[in-house]
Amino acid sequence: MRTLEQTTQEVLDLASKHFKVPAGSLAPEDDFFKKLGIDSLQTLEMLSRLENHFGIELPDYEVQGVSDFRTLASRIQSRL
Amino acid sequence: MLDLSKYQSIGAALKDALEEFANEVCLIEADREREKEKLTYRDFKERAHPLAKALQDAGFGAGDRASIIMTNQSKWLISAYAAFYAGGVLVPLDYKLAPDEQWQLLKHSDAKILITEYPIWRQLSVSEGRRAAANVSAVLVTEAPKNADLASAHRWEEFQGSGEPAFVPRTRKDVACIVYSSGTGGRPKGCMMTHENYLEQCVALTSLYPFAPGVRYLSILPTNHAIDFMVGFFGPFICGAAVVHLRTLRPEYVREAFSKYKITYVSLVPLVVKNLQKGLQARFDELPSAKRKVFNMVVAVNKALTKSRPRLGLSRRLLKQVHEPFGGELRTIIVGGAFTEPQTLQFFYDLGIPVANGYGLTEAGTAITVNDLKPFRADTVGKPLPGMEVRIVNPGADGIGEVSVRSKTVMSGYLNEPELTAEAIVDGWLMTGDLGRFDAAGHLQLFGRKKNMIVTEEGKNIYPEDIEAVFESLPVKEFCVFAANYIWPQRSMVGEQLLLALRLEPGQTYSEELRRDISARNSKLLNYKRVHGVVLFDEDFPRTASLKIKRNALAEQLAKFDRATAFLPL
Repeated sequence: MRTLEQTTQEVLDLASKHFKVPAGSLAPEDDFFKKLGIDSLQTLEMLSRLENHFGIELPDYEVQGVSDFRTLASRIQSRL
Repeated sequence: MLDLSKYQSIGAALKDALEEFANEVCLIEADREREKEKLTYRDFKERAHPLAKALQDAGFGAGDRASIIMTNQSKWLISAYAAFYAGGVLVPLDYKLAPDEQWQLLKHSDAKILITEYPIWRQLSVSEGRRAAANVSAVLVTEAPKNADLASAHRWEEFQGSGEPAFVPRTRKDVACIVYSSGTGGRPKGCMMTHENYLEQCVALTSLYPFAPGVRYLSILPTNHAIDFMVGFFGPFICGAAVVHLRTLRPEYVREAFSKYKITYVSLVPLVVKNLQKGLQARFDELPSAKRKVFNMVVAVNKALTKSRPRLGLSRRLLKQVHEPFGGELRTIIVGGAFTEPQTLQFFYDLGIPVANGYGLTEAGTAITVNDLKPFRADTVGKPLPGMEVRIVNPGADGIGEVSVRSKTVMSGYLNEPELTAEAIVDGWLMTGDLGRFDAAGHLQLFGRKKNMIVTEEGKNIYPEDIEAVFESLPVKEFCVFAANYIWPQRSMVGEQLLLALRLEPGQTYSEELRRDISARNSKLLNYKRVHGVVLFDEDFPRTASLKIKRNALAEQLAKFDRATAFLPL
């Protein structure tokens, strides 16, 4: 079982790969809309990749209003 | 299609539609690759009547208000019909608002009943705002897990009365819905939409974009939005068509739904349409050079053959590889909620996929103008719909002035706000606050706004006063939020931004610490509500005798600044 820290790190790694930003340039408290300059649609694409990576289903309502990596990781963690 | 001229209310028309089209499929609900539900109009009635009876047994009657806060799904429409059947007024609220904002509007609307989904209720039930909305006497919650604590709410699935409910008639002038066009921070603008507003709008829209049994509409825009309420509920239902709901709006499932359910119509916001364009363009760019040349030639042929009107059958044959992923049955993408750039509209039209753009306001009963595609014009928002009188008020030498509308579809007013209503509706004409002019062919062209607000590409109306609360106690002398284009008119409907005007304390400087404080507060707002930059003002803000900021006077003074140097991006 992953710890929340491990899950958070995997979320950051995957997001940096998906949006082609340097590894290590993203931090848990970053607002992904602002830091990556992405819109709500691109966020949904990222969620699909995270679902495949973690082998979970993340209903849309679970991520409603979430904009930072740490909260996103904790929502994923609760479904692992 | 039912003859709507015979009907007094939405409820009466829907009631007959459920009988007329009893055996037709009316709703399909899918969650990812799983089809959860497929209901005929008869099934729909059998689900709705016990709910209507239970509402009546609970004392819900003519003129009482029921609010729905739900994502797009079958129970949204079933609940809405049950409320109309019982003579109620619907208050559809945005499920994306924060819980406190939702309670604020529930209080303002004086809703008696709240119908919501479990994940939303989980947040609403623990929100502080609940205490203020004592008017909500019963809450119905859908899809709650077996052992969930519902905090005194009822399970929607078990809230059923026995026996037949009594249909409660309403008249055309009665309020059918209270739809909030803004106001989670300032003065809530609850548009009182009458039954007549919806009946007339439906006749006008279906004359251009007809529904019928077999037609399938993919419902993606939130149903609380005036567009989806009309073309994703009332319009298809009174014509016997089907509505498809997706519980997951991930792009891959949306793409799959087009071909799986043979979608005929879909409504999208400009952001999504642009994203589709980007995806298609990337596919075309990957074609080997020779194939790409051939493809471009076929597009040119299609363009020439559809110059005067769309020819769907022909376009589908010519550009099979483009149309097949859309299911092969798509007639039109309806785009609404915000302004769409002409080059995006043209891109799709050249591929043989008409994108019906238009222009409207909740206050006007949704659409005012729609592109009728005869011929397609990417540079305008189309001609006024049948029954709409549109005129340009105080036009300048260039013919541009404020767009105003008179029609049976215009709201009766803002709930509890006679002053705001009097400002918006003058001598029977709705003043839109948008600037436009008509061209020689009678098409309306838009040139920015006169009012202090922005509309995002996601179709969200943002009023500056609604977001100011987040900057309360900011360590400056005073602040005020504006739409940048309101200060410096751009004659454009795209790329709109908000700015924060600051008056610093004597001797204070705009430090990095202050910038970070503003950014931190800004990030508490939903991403589309955030301000983009700061403008420093070196005098006290002009204020009224009651010390309210004179926004217009301040805007006039800010307008003297050069935008390029005064606007400091965050």
